[in-house]
Amino acid sequence: MRSRRFISREGRELQSETLVSPLPELGLVAAGGPLDPAPELVVEDGVVTRMDGRAAADFDVIDRFVVAHGLDLESAMEAMALDDSELALMLVEVGVPRTELVRLARGLTPAKLARVIGLLDPVELMLALKKLRARRAPSNQAHVTNLKESPALLAADAAEAARRGFAEIETTVGVARYAPLNAIALLVGSQTGRPGVMTQCAVEERRNLELAIRGLVTYAETLSVYGTEPVFVDGDDTPWSKAFLGAAYASRGVKVRFTSGTGSEALMGYAQGLSMLYLEARCLAAVRAAGSQGVQNGSISCVALVLSVPGGTRAILGENVLAAWLDLEVASGNDAIASHSEIRKTAKLMGQFLPGTDFVTSGYSVMPRHDNTFGGGNFDADDLDEWLTLQRDWQVDAGIEPVSEAEVLRVRERAARAVQAVFGELGLPEVSDEEVAAATTGYDSGGMPDRDRAADVGAADDLLERGVSGLDVALALDRRGFGEVAEAVLSMQRQRVSADYLQTAAVIDVQGLVHSAVNDPNLYSGPGTGYRLEGERWELLQSLPSVVDPAEQIGGDSEGESFVVERGEATKGDDTAEVVVAVGPAFGSAIRKTINDLSHEDVLQAICGGIRDGGGLPRVIRVRRVADVAFIAHDGAQLSGSGIALGIQSKGTAVIHRADLEPLDNLELFGMSPLYSLESYRAMGRNAVGYALGEQVGPVPTALDNFARAKLIVKTTLLHARETQAVRPGAAAVELELAVPAVS
Amino acid sequence: MTFDPKRDYPLGTQRPDLVFTPSGLPLSEVTLDSLRAGRIDGGEIRATPETLRLQSEVARAAGREPLAASLQRAAELAAVPDELLLAVYTALRPRRATAAQLEDWAAQLESHGAERTALFVREAAGVYAERGLLADA
Repeated sequence: MRSRRFISREGRELQSETLVSPLPELGLVAAGGPLDPAPELVVEDGVVTRMDGRAAADFDVIDRFVVAHGLDLESAMEAMALDDSELALMLVEVGVPRTELVRLARGLTPAKLARVIGLLDPVELMLALKKLRARRAPSNQAHVTNLKESPALLAADAAEAARRGFAEIETTVGVARYAPLNAIALLVGSQTGRPGVMTQCAVEERRNLELAIRGLVTYAETLSVYGTEPVFVDGDDTPWSKAFLGAAYASRGVKVRFTSGTGSEALMGYAQGLSMLYLEARCLAAVRAAGSQGVQNGSISCVALVLSVPGGTRAILGENVLAAWLDLEVASGNDAIASHSEIRKTAKLMGQFLPGTDFVTSGYSVMPRHDNTFGGGNFDADDLDEWLTLQRDWQVDAGIEPVSEAEVLRVRERAARAVQAVFGELGLPEVSDEEVAAATTGYDSGGMPDRDRAADVGAADDLLERGVSGLDVALALDRRGFGEVAEAVLSMQRQRVSADYLQTAAVIDVQGLVHSAVNDPNLYSGPGTGYRLEGERWELLQSLPSVVDPAEQIGGDSEGESFVVERGEATKGDDTAEVVVAVGPAFGSAIRKTINDLSHEDVLQAICGGIRDGGGLPRVIRVRRVADVAFIAHDGAQLSGSGIALGIQSKGTAVIHRADLEPLDNLELFGMSPLYSLESYRAMGRNAVGYALGEQVGPVPTALDNFARAKLIVKTTLLHARETQAVRPGAAAVELELAVPAVS
Repeated sequence: MTFDPKRDYPLGTQRPDLVFTPSGLPLSEVTLDSLRAGRIDGGEIRATPETLRLQSEVARAAGREPLAASLQRAAELAAVPDELLLAVYTALRPRRATAAQLEDWAAQLESHGAERTALFVREAAGVYAERGLLADA
């Protein structure tokens, strides 16, 4: 036997995903695994002899690195002596400053860190994250890639991303040798959209360093770390090699962010029976020890695995908090596809979106996700209006700004033209006018003209051999009349010389000023403090292009002569076949159509026609003293010869009433005005006369649309506002005559 | 004026007088005019060891000791040629180098004045020996 509801739910997109019960042996446990060690730190004569269940002789490469370069023994004695619950409380006490928590974290072992974080529930984690974020204001990072590696489209997308407020933009390559071309397209596009945006091209380390040395990129986040020794080694690195690489990047003026995240150890087969959160604590301790200013975490590419186990979403938020507690910049994931379910992935997002992180996503896909060669696109081009609306709903700044279509087209075209000029000036294969046009208005790379890819990669190799640098790009732009973009590209080169963006959580504003945790720290300490979305920024983030001005909507369609004429005070009728049709104060006057766009004249004709069909006599009056449909109908009923009236508001809501009923009672209520046709109103007229003549009346068949309210409640409010504006308190009802007599 | 790491950040805007390109051009002269006149080339666009040391001081003053240490290594590595940089990175990867080879790389770093980084490589060699991460001799 099967339930049809169970069968229906099996068709939902969520069912594409597998949920598993915990299996600690394989590391399939989010937090608090049975084999996670108890926190422990033994120091003898200034030397760590035991940590988290291991003697020094048994320390693996991660333990050794953390002990040698990360653990601050001065803080450790005090911090490790605190109860887990006491530390957990301090994380959410707004009175305990971030600086104090960060100081204590330096002395905590990975097991202690994981255990304390494990004590916080989701809302507590969000509060802790809000408090612990390194930089004052949150921001966001974009992904810009496309399947054809079209330079015009990369530049246009980068420009749009920059113009929309992303502080960092990341690209990568399908074909490795494209790297310098993609890096140039991103650099030119980003600086066209908004000067100061940082860019990276995620490629193999040697190529990446080469791009950095030439000033074509400004940051890197490809340095992955793992929480167990076998997985670290399978990743072909050690904490020492990664820390060396981090310093090497910095020596070439590249902002470095490491990458970690729960789930990778289980996926790679060596979780050693340990929980995801504990292993991430080990990763983060190593990241801090390596001297990285920040980390990209929040499970990243393994997010769907972590979401398969109980508490996965909470653990991912927990690891973001852990990174912030360790004083690291956090780019908090939300880039790889977390779920097929829009509900589920958005619910997961809220953990980072509401408190705000240094980069709310590690890559918002500015283009449609099928062009995202990172395998990302959890949120993409088509989701943009939803993201902007969520920011507006919550009054939260998650780093993306609304921009008009005209302005988006302007920067996209300018960027595509700029990259066309640079390619021309540097002797690279031509970017055609067709490519510029397609990149400006196009949806995805499917609409881009094909390029000679062999010629492109050949030119890319040649470009590197010639030693083309960011300066050459600036000069090319300058020569071709893109002076403002040239200045912005040069300004990024100046940033490389001063290297201020190597400090924690740095972003660069449009004036070229670096904002990092050093000069613009997060000082949140409760309501009214820290970064708050208000003032001009709030004005900007609420002004979506689709927003309408209700004051303009309230104006009217009351142009021209009305089809009804008022003929003096209405009196009580005495014909028992009479049915009064009582209309609202604005009906056929300040308002001329129902919410379903039916003209009032047609509606009135239909109702009167229905009354005549049933053998009754319609008489039309206007109730002026109230706008409520129950009272309109009830007033009408008092004046009706049969005691029956059909009341109708201007928006189309109707009621059949009887004189002896209480005003808020009724015979039939027709509340779904957006769904009514003229035929519906004719049927209402027929029913009304049925009651008048004492016949058996079946209800008018009406459809039910539960979305009508969500769709039309604003319009309803505005229409009703006009109706209430037409109310004349205390005024008697008046007879109405149709300018053109009603015919059936 | 002496450098105050708590007040003089960002260097580019607070203390441009302390920031120079490798050939000694002041930051304020990294302009489009200089570029048009051919006074700067690609090699000029990088932080000097001295600038990276100042950034290291800023990080230390902000309480970020590991970041300060990394920036100190970066300051040393700024003077190390690209090829050596990449070779040392490769040697530090698991089971790529013997203890003797790592010692050789450390010595080469030392010869470029990268003393702290050389120590860092020697420390790795010691750990690798205990954890089986050296190449077979």
